[in-house]
Amino acid sequence: MAASMRLLVRRAIRLSNRNIQVTAAARAPGRSGCCWGPSSCRCLSDAAEDRSTHFGFETVPETEKAKRVYKVFENVAQKYDVMNDAMSLGIHRVWKDMLLHAMHPQPGVRLLDVAGGTGDISFRFLEYVRSQQERQKRRAARSMQTPSWQDISNNYSKEDEDGPLESRAVVCDINKEMLKVGKQKADSMGISAGLSWVVGDAEELPFDDDQFDIYTIAFGIRNVTHIDQALQEALRVLKPGGRFMCLEFSKVTNPVLARLYDAYSFQMIPVLGEVIAGDWKSYQYLVESIRKFPNQEEFKGMIEDAGFYCVQYQNLTGGVVALHSGFKL
Amino acid sequence: MWWQQHLAKPLRRLHQRQCALTSKAVRVHQLHSTSTGFTDRCYDDLYPGHIHTTPIQKALLAVGSGVAALQNPYRHDMVAVLGETTGHLALINLRDRMRNDPEGYTVLTERPRIRLSTLDLSKMASLPDGSFGREYLRFLEDNHVTPDSRADVKFVDNEELAYVMQRYREVHDLLHTLLGMPTNMLGEVAVKWFEAAQTGLPMCALGAVLGPLRLNARRLQSLFTSLGPWALQNGRRSRCILSIFYERRWEQSVEDLRQELNIAPPPITLSATNKESTINNPGITGQMTFDCGQTRNI
Repeated sequence: MAASMRLLVRRAIRLSNRNIQVTAAARAPGRSGCCWGPSSCRCLSDAAEDRSTHFGFETVPETEKAKRVYKVFENVAQKYDVMNDAMSLGIHRVWKDMLLHAMHPQPGVRLLDVAGGTGDISFRFLEYVRSQQERQKRRAARSMQTPSWQDISNNYSKEDEDGPLESRAVVCDINKEMLKVGKQKADSMGISAGLSWVVGDAEELPFDDDQFDIYTIAFGIRNVTHIDQALQEALRVLKPGGRFMCLEFSKVTNPVLARLYDAYSFQMIPVLGEVIAGDWKSYQYLVESIRKFPNQEEFKGMIEDAGFYCVQYQNLTGGVVALHSGFKL
Repeated sequence: MWWQQHLAKPLRRLHQRQCALTSKAVRVHQLHSTSTGFTDRCYDDLYPGHIHTTPIQKALLAVGSGVAALQNPYRHDMVAVLGETTGHLALINLRDRMRNDPEGYTVLTERPRIRLSTLDLSKMASLPDGSFGREYLRFLEDNHVTPDSRADVKFVDNEELAYVMQRYREVHDLLHTLLGMPTNMLGEVAVKWFEAAQTGLPMCALGAVLGPLRLNARRLQSLFTSLGPWALQNGRRSRCILSIFYERRWEQSVEDLRQELNIAPPPITLSATNKESTINNPGITGQMTFDCGQTRNI
């Protein structure tokens, strides 16, 4: 009896020793020996600190992914728009227009465009809202063709209070180079009213709760290390009734189209990256990161888990791009 | 015993957890130790900077880089890519010639690289005039070029051939010194003709054909009557220029080196300040000057 007891104790000690070695190998900071039992849970959490994630098809420590993504976009910022046109043959403009159409923003709405970089969505938003405003004005003018004296006196009293509804777009991006390029574009297009540029991390937005009516993230969420955190932040900064909209590359459903798309992605796009932007590896990362992103249904589940309601998605171009939308209620 | 039954299960569970931990720790450890980690793609395979490409990608690259280089001659990275994707057979030929030459074989095994960090500039400056090292330094100063501006090889799928390509790029400046050609348009075209005859690289041949299109009539005449035939003849008959271990021959005189390589001295002396015609044609910096990694201010 004592012998088997000794055997058990020896086995327990051996296991705990191995645990100590494992912790040392995992480079857990400052843990002196741990005996089995409660500290085995501590050992597990140490392993979590060295958790790895994907960077394209490569596996990297989580802390490194953000840095490498930053470098990628720093390198491609100058040629970003040219490359988008070349790679998608201009179709990315259609996708972004469809996002705006689904959004159908009315004047007076506040937009947060995360990973907005070069500002494509925000420019389209301001343009859309401006044309909506003009349409409203025209409609109002048409209906006021033959005003009664009562209407005229009402107009005079209303004039002071009701200025044109100010829509505001905030472009938020973690990468300063991309924002710089976006600002230059805005200056050259002469757009400045209602537009602000903020440096921020999608996983930790520098805004208060309940600030925005619409949150968009176009072709940016697959680069975020912790997608669920980004979704939670989106929920936080949206007003109740606010809408979350995400445009992202997704899984192509049709098998024939999928083969063609894969061939085009892996053969053509890095070559275009090398020839136009002089950067093969960044565009190799791009096509690989698309393959690593969850598919439409999975991503819909993630959005629902974050707390959004009425989550739905729409496939564009046969599933090459998916537009996900959800509401904060 | 009863405690065996009670403790065996948690011990087994702990053992399983610990196994999972070990495997995770091993994976993380391997990640930290190897720079590229586990990759499904085979980057940085054969040499630092190597990018693996399929034949289709190489073809697309060749076409794309050719168009880009013709459109914007300042894209020396595009010319480099064009050279790498089209030069496979010529590189094999060059490598075999180097192997058959005893000094070339030494170059292939020792793999010297020409960089400012590996050159002893003060020692070279102290060498007598007419020595190879002194003339090379003079060439660098007169033409405002540096050996460090060479792009690294990326798309050659053989480690030895990649070195041959790299050596070819780095030897280009030395060739200018040997041939006595400056880095203006005419000098570059002359060197390109020599290289095309010597190496057979398609990129050199393309440059040799397209370069003269940007020369004015007077220079074209001197190219076709004296410089051109001289460059072609000597390119064909000279010893393989990649086979020379230049780093050990700084003290040798240029004349001596030329004789050894079977290169006749140039029929016309071109000076680095010979730029009058290029001023008339501002776009003439053209395809050739980037080879020295410098865009000339003309």
